[in-house]
Amino acid sequence: MATLTTAATAERADVGVRRRRGFGERWLSPALLSPSIVAMFIFVYGFIAFTFWVSISNWKTNRRDLSISDPTFKTYDSLFNQTRFQIDLRNTLVFTVLFLIMAVFAGLALALLLDRHVMGSNLFRSIFLFPYAISFITTGVVWRWIFNPETGVNALFDQTGLNDALAKAGVGPLKPGWITDPSVVWQVNGALEKIFPWADVIKAHLGIPVAMIPVVIAATWQLSGFAMAMYLAGLGTIPGEIKEAALVDGASDWRAYKDIIIPLLKPITISTMIILGHVSLKIFDLIYAMSGKGPGFATDVPGIFVYDKLFGAQQYNLGSAASIVMLVLVSLVIVPYLWRQLKEL
Amino acid sequence: MNLFVADVMSGRHNRRDLFRRAAALGISATVAGGLINRAAAQDATPSSLTGDLEIFSWWTSPGEAPALEALFTEYKKRNPGVNVINAAVAGGGGGPAQAVLQTRLQGSNPPDSWQSHPGHELIDQYVDAGYTETVTDIYASEGLDKAVPQGLIDQCSKDGQQYLVPVGVHRGNGLWYNKDVVGKAGVTVGDTMTQEEFMAALDKLKSAGVTGLAIGDKDSFVDAQTFENHLLGALGPDKWVALFSGDAAWDDQEVKDVMTSFTKLLDYVNSDHSALSWSDATAMIIEGKAAFNTMGDWAYGEFVAKNVVDKMGWVSYPGSDGSFVLVVDGFTKPKGAPDMDNAIAWLKSCSSVDAQAAFNPLKGSIPARTDVPTDGFSEYHKWSIASFAKDHLVGSAAHGLATSPAFKQAFYDAAIAFVTDKDVDTFATTLADAAKA
Amino acid sequence: MAVDLSGIHAARPRQKRSFGNIVVFVLLVLAALFYVAPVYVMIINGLKDKSYMTLSDMWKLPRDLSGGGFGYAWDALRPYLLNSLQMAIPATIGSSLIGAVNGYLLSKWKFRGSDILFSLVLFGMFIPYQSILVPLIVTLQKFGLYGKWYGLTIVHIIYGIPITTLIFRNYFSNIPSELIEAARIDGAGLIKIFWQIMLPLGLPAFVVVGIFQFTNIWNDFLFGVTVVFSPSAQPVTVALNNLQGTQSVDWTVVMAGAAIAAAPTMIIYVLLGKFFIRGLLAGSMKG
Repeated sequence: MATLTTAATAERADVGVRRRRGFGERWLSPALLSPSIVAMFIFVYGFIAFTFWVSISNWKTNRRDLSISDPTFKTYDSLFNQTRFQIDLRNTLVFTVLFLIMAVFAGLALALLLDRHVMGSNLFRSIFLFPYAISFITTGVVWRWIFNPETGVNALFDQTGLNDALAKAGVGPLKPGWITDPSVVWQVNGALEKIFPWADVIKAHLGIPVAMIPVVIAATWQLSGFAMAMYLAGLGTIPGEIKEAALVDGASDWRAYKDIIIPLLKPITISTMIILGHVSLKIFDLIYAMSGKGPGFATDVPGIFVYDKLFGAQQYNLGSAASIVMLVLVSLVIVPYLWRQLKEL
Repeated sequence: MNLFVADVMSGRHNRRDLFRRAAALGISATVAGGLINRAAAQDATPSSLTGDLEIFSWWTSPGEAPALEALFTEYKKRNPGVNVINAAVAGGGGGPAQAVLQTRLQGSNPPDSWQSHPGHELIDQYVDAGYTETVTDIYASEGLDKAVPQGLIDQCSKDGQQYLVPVGVHRGNGLWYNKDVVGKAGVTVGDTMTQEEFMAALDKLKSAGVTGLAIGDKDSFVDAQTFENHLLGALGPDKWVALFSGDAAWDDQEVKDVMTSFTKLLDYVNSDHSALSWSDATAMIIEGKAAFNTMGDWAYGEFVAKNVVDKMGWVSYPGSDGSFVLVVDGFTKPKGAPDMDNAIAWLKSCSSVDAQAAFNPLKGSIPARTDVPTDGFSEYHKWSIASFAKDHLVGSAAHGLATSPAFKQAFYDAAIAFVTDKDVDTFATTLADAAKA
Repeated sequence: MAVDLSGIHAARPRQKRSFGNIVVFVLLVLAALFYVAPVYVMIINGLKDKSYMTLSDMWKLPRDLSGGGFGYAWDALRPYLLNSLQMAIPATIGSSLIGAVNGYLLSKWKFRGSDILFSLVLFGMFIPYQSILVPLIVTLQKFGLYGKWYGLTIVHIIYGIPITTLIFRNYFSNIPSELIEAARIDGAGLIKIFWQIMLPLGLPAFVVVGIFQFTNIWNDFLFGVTVVFSPSAQPVTVALNNLQGTQSVDWTVVMAGAAIAAAPTMIIYVLLGKFFIRGLLAGSMKG
């Protein structure tokens, strides 16, 4: 391509025709962008502003009431005091962290395996990609069956004889509660209250809700294919020579990967985590279909809370306040990323 | 009587004349009314209405849609020129259907009629917000004011005006059981059951290694519904109504004692309840995996589908005999309906004996009118119809009749938390706070 | 002028140590079992007859091949599949094209503040959709788009702009600016460069964006059910939800329906999966 350019320039230079930089065209760029900008301003920022207004208004029945409430942030106060919402925030955090770790790990692992180009890699790649094609609502129902303690995985443990073997070994049958297990492990409320005395306002149990783990597995199943695709693309850009060199140097396969290839994939890891992160913060369909709110709200998330409050209870101000909180959470993740993008270019 | 019938069919007299003649002949007003309505329907020439009729409901599944179709068929008989549009969306209480309906109403784009429960769901969500008009005139012209029990009419009214045409009545306080499972454990269930007998039965079942009570509370309303039944059985209808209408306190010791007894009930429940939807739990007793299941009588459709009707028994939820918890479906008259005349015709059609006689057996509910012939109904439904006519009618809170939408949602949340942590004090305080809000 | 990407493909590592490759193969098979399991459950339960389908037998194969819920589901869903296609294809094409134009302008024709505008556009990706339903409906009504299938198409195009812009911008950033320079010297203007150079060059990105958008739009439920309330125009996701009643569910029909509804996207993934990867490879997601 470079050759083409230089040749062309050389030719033209002879002729002496040099079109001036399209000065008259400078307005064209912003002009062509303006429809998108306008659409964003109406459909995104305008709506966010409206939602914010509703969140500080008195609208809490089906009759629209947009008068500002007094005190203004009364709704937010009552929102954060609700045990259920506190639990939701905890759940979102737990889910996001666990999900990102698992999805990225699974995506990377699959990509590394596929990069070896063993027999059937193309088929495997399709298999790993197409969970993404199925709608969350459907997969949610199937995963609910799979993680129901009376059927699904537990039934497989029985039917394949695994539990018999374990029982004989004295370890007892494996029958976890999965999505019906209300326990919250590794609770830190006690420790937190010792450090911050006001922390007793937190009514939710701050730990890891065990029931969330099957949900993380389901979400990973659905979206790790995307992470895998990103990594495959990234691995494809690492010139074969680097891999060859690392292996020839005597480094075992594992070290070659660990010290050289994986660090090269860092930018992709970040992009993937950003995109998957924003999906997990807004997640609704999958959980709604799979486990609902869960025992004691163990799998409840703000998305479901908003839905219930807006259309179930018609407390429009409360639902809107929760939406704004969701938006702020997402911003905390996105804004640094955008900042980085701006800086780079 | 024959002369009277001939007179009615002849169409020569107006209604008032006919009623006078009926009275003179000693024919009861209800029967006369039914005959006259029937004749009016059969006799009436089909209307000349045209245009569309868009009906919104959440009756979409293979078990519910045919019943809706029956209503459409009756309507089309009377109004053959109208194009009926079925705008149903699955997901009733709080699900997608509500999202669609609320958004449409907010956007000033109502359908020609929509499905609603009476009570607070109707009044708070639609009447107070100004989305509906009165149907008092339809009650009068179609005889609903005489044929529907006063308790239900009250649920459909505000300030003496009616706003909903009720079509089908479901009973919420039912307890179903698998006769074989129960019998094998040596438990006998009579026509009624007290709460003590129930606990004793559950104990016996547990010793026999059987799950006593099947619950599937992945669906939001189930915990709340189970609790409200238990509460009704323990306190009786008057105190129960007072609690939900805010005239009694949730943190009274008496109420807390009931909450404590409820926690004992939870010891006999299947451990995977949070992963099961309500129908999965009903399937458990059908398959003999559990003994009892408390659910509204829409569960009956499950028995029919799996062909086990004769294996199942029923009784009022322990202690609640004499009360009938209403879960009623009806249709509204929207303000600004796109085709108002067609909408009015719809409401009149649904009020009719014929429509209700066709709809209810398919839906598994009983007619809102008491003058519909009962021969098409099953044993259970006949029992329910008799109860409906004489028992104390109370609106269900779990289904939005007895409380505002905000309280109902809070009730769901509180019940879900309570079933997990069994904390009576928190439950009582949460409900008390929600009632004040 | 097609860019030759073949040189960037990973050079195959020599097939040494076939033991290592066997291990890899076994791991891949195990992973594949995990990934296929839910789809397997979905399909076999769709094939069962409702009289014997129970949860506890969910792993067991159907007793016969009479089709189970597929007959009913196909009849119920067929018109809606067409609705979805009618709505999703223009929406995918529309949002891709707009994204391409935006990406092109924001990477090659920058002006003061264009980077900030890009961030503003990108942020739109992140709003929770439940919360903007009411203002969305009211706005659509004002434009006369409420209830129409093309209103839904336009909604998807608008909310697709952020992600498509992002992908194209990243992709076009990786194309050397000398190309543009040369074309300008040759006398081409902004628009001509787009049509004749960027569009053809952008084919890999179009594949990525197309697959992405089509999947999201096809599987969307929330907008589909609220923007288009008239049943004859609703997408297949709404019809699928309606197969589950509020008060009774026939799982064989639901599962069969789910399989049918997922078929178009699954087919696309199987056929175009390779191009999807190639498109990502070519820089659609770098940075």
